[in-house]
Amino acid sequence: MFTLAKNELYRLFLSPLAWIILALTQLILAYLFLTNIDYFMQIQAKISAIPGAPGVTELIAIPLLGNAATLLLLITPLVSMRLIAEERRNESLPLLLSAPLSSSQIVFGKYFGIFGFFLTLLTLISLMPLSLSLGSQLDFKLLASGLLGLALLLASFSAIGLYLSSLTKQPTIAAMTTFASLFLLWIIDWAGNSQISEESTGLFSWLSLLNHYQSLLQGEVNSSDIAYYLIVIATFLILTIRRLDSERLN
Amino acid sequence: MATHLLSAKTLSRHYGSQIAVNNVSFEVHKGEVLGFLGPNGAGKSTTMKMLSGNLAPSQGEIIINGYDLLTEPKQAKAHIGYLPEQPPLYKELTVKEFLLFCARINQIPSSKTKAAVDTVIERCGLSGVTQRLIANLSKGFQQRVGIAQAIIHTPAVVILDEPTSGLDPIQIREIRHLIRDIAKEHSVILSTHILPEVEMLCDRVQIINQGQLILSDTLKGFSQQMQTSHLLLGLSSPPAITVLQNIAGVLEIEAQTDTLFKIHYSPENNPVNNIVSQAAKKNWQLIQLTPQQHSLEDVFMKIIRDEIPQSDQGV
Repeated sequence: MFTLAKNELYRLFLSPLAWIILALTQLILAYLFLTNIDYFMQIQAKISAIPGAPGVTELIAIPLLGNAATLLLLITPLVSMRLIAEERRNESLPLLLSAPLSSSQIVFGKYFGIFGFFLTLLTLISLMPLSLSLGSQLDFKLLASGLLGLALLLASFSAIGLYLSSLTKQPTIAAMTTFASLFLLWIIDWAGNSQISEESTGLFSWLSLLNHYQSLLQGEVNSSDIAYYLIVIATFLILTIRRLDSERLN
Repeated sequence: MATHLLSAKTLSRHYGSQIAVNNVSFEVHKGEVLGFLGPNGAGKSTTMKMLSGNLAPSQGEIIINGYDLLTEPKQAKAHIGYLPEQPPLYKELTVKEFLLFCARINQIPSSKTKAAVDTVIERCGLSGVTQRLIANLSKGFQQRVGIAQAIIHTPAVVILDEPTSGLDPIQIREIRHLIRDIAKEHSVILSTHILPEVEMLCDRVQIINQGQLILSDTLKGFSQQMQTSHLLLGLSSPPAITVLQNIAGVLEIEAQTDTLFKIHYSPENNPVNNIVSQAAKKNWQLIQLTPQQHSLEDVFMKIIRDEIPQSDQGV
């Protein structure tokens, strides 16, 4: 399982795609980071007098993590599309299927491979707010909660991407469907908010990936939010395993 | 039990309403090369896929080295090596990296992976290309890497699906050498539609057509089926066809053109001498006399022809 994950990660880094994604994400977020710092410098004088005013973490680090989530929503499909769809297209899937591995080992291997990539990305992103601790006091608990949220969000994105990649032979189709599903899950609570009926509002905003992320960004680590992400991850991983199993039957 | 490394019983596979493989049973013994022969679309690849666990049979069971492929897939798969028609390769890796990965996923203990990779590189003649990317190798070398991948964990049974398709004649010869070498240590199941390949490599032959096994025989028996029993005769000024028919030894004669005849004879009673002497005597102007090797098609036609009356009797 870890051999597979390692191989997946290694192959990902052999392609220029991984490096380009890392570099460009870093570039865009660095720009946002700097604008946030700039903004903070402007208002610092005004808010310093107010007791309990938001500090660097709230004003710089948390918006950065919020932006990072949106950016990663766009990027995940590009990374996850190749996981299984490309193997199918290159007809290299029989290598794994005829090796003494169970479907769940294959799926977990692939999943940890891509999650490893996103953890690398997450580490690079977190270095930016952490660099502020050189000259300022950070709210580490808030930052940790935000980073946990982003990690869970990425883990859910990857699981959804992996499943959709297992459905098709064309990586581009996998990318498009992943993007559409993620985007829908992202904005589903907009529809929820405009609903009149209260019950459906509850359901829609519960389904939204964004909604649960927001409370983590505010430093609220609710077990219900974490459970939501774990349920999403588990559901899509199980669906992927079942999909690989059923492929042998059909 | 001990001598059957692989046994398949009443194997069937449907794709929707179409039956790709129908009720096929066979066994592979230790140290044997079994050739699966059949035209395209006969169900060879489907059978291979089922044996390697890539496809679940609709019916039947597969026992590999005592393990049932359906109920104990992991143990069973540890004893098979599979090379599909299209070699499954990660082309962005180098040969060595790829084989190391294969060794690991096939659960070779980490202390032995290096030795296993080195052995297989040596055996498959890949020593010169270990550091090259698989994508940059020729088709022949890619095929070798594919074979290396299939034998790296020294499985009991190696399943090769059309291992020589798409290669040039020199590469084909090299791959055949390699397969014969592999057969010294492993049982091999080989699918092909090339007849000479079977003659060169296999101990036992099975012919599959339209999803059914229509012949299972040793190579010797199969060669007898293939004995030349007709020849092509070209005469510039041929006599009436009945004259030719009456030459001793000729069983049947077909006129293919005005000057070209196909003569069937029984192997025990070869009419060549008679034909030549008669042709010289009566000035038929012999221009061609070629013994015909049975092509795969002929063997098929013959076997299928033999098959039909039998099944009619059954009905």
